[in-house]
Amino acid sequence: MLFGNKRLPSIEAGHYKNTAGSATQVMPTPERVSLSMSENIGAPCKVLVNKGDHVLVGQKIGDTDAFLSVPIHASVSGTVSAIETMRNAMGGMDTFITIESDGKQEMYPDLKPPVIEDQPGFISAMRESGLVGLGGAAFPTWVKLNPKNLIDVDTLIVNGAECEPFITSDHRTMLEDADNVIDGMLAVMKWLIAEDGYIAIEDNKQDAIDKFRELLKERGITNIKVFPLPARYPKGAERVLIEEITGKKCDAGVLPASLGLIVMNITSTAFVGQYLKDGVPLVKKRITVDGDAVREAKNVMVPIGTSIKDIVDFCGGYACEPKKILMGGPMMGRAVYSDRMTLIKNNNAILIFSKDQAFIPEESACINCGRCHEGCPFHLLPTAFADAFAAKDAKRLKELQVMQCMECGSCSFVCPAHRPLAFINRLSKAIVKEADSNGGK
Amino acid sequence: MAENSFHDGLTVSSSPHLVTSLDTKKTMIHVLIALAPSAVMSAVFFGFYPVCLILGCMAFSALCEYLYDRIMKLPNTAKDCSALVTGAILALTLPPTLPIWMAFIGCAVSIIIVKCLYGGLGRNIANPAIVGRIVLLLSFTTQMTTWQYTGFQRASGVDALTGATPLGQLSDGVFSQTPSLLQLLLGNRGGSLGETCIIAILIGGIFLIVTKIISPVIPLVYLGTVFIFAIIYYLIVPQEGAGAFYMAVFHLLTGGAVFGAFFCATDYVTSPMLKKGKIIYAIGCGFFTMVIRLFCSYPEGASFAILFMNIMTPLIDRYTIDSYYGIAKRAKEEKKKAKEGESNG
Repeated sequence: MLFGNKRLPSIEAGHYKNTAGSATQVMPTPERVSLSMSENIGAPCKVLVNKGDHVLVGQKIGDTDAFLSVPIHASVSGTVSAIETMRNAMGGMDTFITIESDGKQEMYPDLKPPVIEDQPGFISAMRESGLVGLGGAAFPTWVKLNPKNLIDVDTLIVNGAECEPFITSDHRTMLEDADNVIDGMLAVMKWLIAEDGYIAIEDNKQDAIDKFRELLKERGITNIKVFPLPARYPKGAERVLIEEITGKKCDAGVLPASLGLIVMNITSTAFVGQYLKDGVPLVKKRITVDGDAVREAKNVMVPIGTSIKDIVDFCGGYACEPKKILMGGPMMGRAVYSDRMTLIKNNNAILIFSKDQAFIPEESACINCGRCHEGCPFHLLPTAFADAFAAKDAKRLKELQVMQCMECGSCSFVCPAHRPLAFINRLSKAIVKEADSNGGK
Repeated sequence: MAENSFHDGLTVSSSPHLVTSLDTKKTMIHVLIALAPSAVMSAVFFGFYPVCLILGCMAFSALCEYLYDRIMKLPNTAKDCSALVTGAILALTLPPTLPIWMAFIGCAVSIIIVKCLYGGLGRNIANPAIVGRIVLLLSFTTQMTTWQYTGFQRASGVDALTGATPLGQLSDGVFSQTPSLLQLLLGNRGGSLGETCIIAILIGGIFLIVTKIISPVIPLVYLGTVFIFAIIYYLIVPQEGAGAFYMAVFHLLTGGAVFGAFFCATDYVTSPMLKKGKIIYAIGCGFFTMVIRLFCSYPEGASFAILFMNIMTPLIDRYTIDSYYGIAKRAKEEKKKAKEGESNG
């Protein structure tokens, strides 16, 4: 309707939105939480508390001056029982602060709505809030909202596509927190002087589309538009979304801001709206719990740092022996090795699969069918990557534009030979990066 | 630390954690379903023996692959059903009177030499069924070019049991005896088992396109090239007693072009992957089919044309992939620069 109708390739990955109708339940405060000191893509935070300290909800327990990082806040009130280095969900080592909850959930007394007078004030408030991109990338929001070419930014796109199968937490945010989404959008648009706003929602969430259209009409807002997207995977990927809405091509490594755009996740936006009202930093998260090995699939509001085990217990426990536990959706989520892993800020789902759903199909030979290429949103050639990867040919991989791959997993999904193409792409990108850093010297 | 290094027996694998339910085996089963109408029509026209021939070839092809895997101590790949497809396609390109032992030789060549020795499904450079057919044609030329009249033709007064195919008649210069276009469309003519009934082939082909097993690019471009080539040829060299348009349609409906376009040329392994490559490949198939039909001593050339383009496929793939990203252009520019540098130096 708006700009042409040439759509990027996409795939039919199934929706499995079993929890779309389940209103968010607030989980009772767990006995203990473990907070990682590196919950964003920047440097890890320094620990600001000592073992034995009493902390309150919203109190800053970790921070650093390094770029691309945000402070970490206590998500429960209680006593710091341990500060230790442990293996995190990604497999790396991290410092974790464990807090034994006293069950009172006392709020830190200094928390109050931020008073903002100018754009730098807004940015520092965003940093203090601890907000990172909640869609999955964990990019600090304050960095995103502070681009070098602030003057060029004229459009804010809020991403409510939620194209990952199973996950409905963004959908519930839109239904339960729509006012905060709009308030958050208005604040961002005001301080960044952006004229246009879009709320992108996949058309399998018609109730959310209707809700926002109604609300915008009611509040008399005309510069924010709802943009329905076809409900296909991966329409919610940032670079795909940008091209769908504006027709602008966003290559890997290009910041959307350089195209005059800011793209924010819908839950992040709702948090901005909420934070400006009460000043409570990011200490809890709405997540979808689903999968065939959990008894009750539902949406839950969980304090950050709660272990997967505690969350599953709140959802009725395991229905059968779990064989795979995912943080995030089935297409791009991360399989973790233990249910002792704790919730981090950018998690939006915990999926527990039994051995039936966790089944890894046997790989067979490529039959050259081209489905991986036809399914790739950026028209890349995963089979050609795989050939070049087998030859460890970094130059060829670079020529084939492997760095454009965003690892959405569409190629692996559609492959009838069940080849792990996305995995190969990931390793190929590592080869190219290594060759670049060696060649750069 | 010790507690945390505990592994709960969970599977940890790279995303995505969901995959499509469509696998190679299901793809092959789709192709078998699409071949069914042609097989049924061959039984309608030529009787019970073709059914034995088709089922026999399918079973023997699968057996060849199974035995090869057993002898070479490889995992059993016969269960992916691709050998059944090869057997069925080979059988459907054979004449209805061919002794079954000859067909078995074709199957063995297809599966063992063309497919398994090259490394199995996905690594063969030519379409196994096509090569099997060509080996039979060259080895048993008489039996492979003996064409039985259909039961209906004989019932309506054709005396002989066998005769030439319409393309054969055209090639021999006895064009007046050829059947009407409607009869060609229905398949009431002499020819290979599966190639005669165009309607049955189209039903199967459309099924494959609708279920997205094949892309329509190759069959459409292939048949379009045949049609355009024929029109141009017959405008320059008019056929006595028929217009250029009639002759172009005649070339589409006779011979193995339609069957080949939908079921042989579209074989994933031996056709290019990118759309541009598919177009080049299909134009080549159509062009060489017509060149062989009109200028060579064989009355039909679809299988030779497809084999030739199969062999060209790696080249086409390499060229189209490089041109896709402008790699080819850049390499050319670099070469040019290097040359200029040399001449300057």
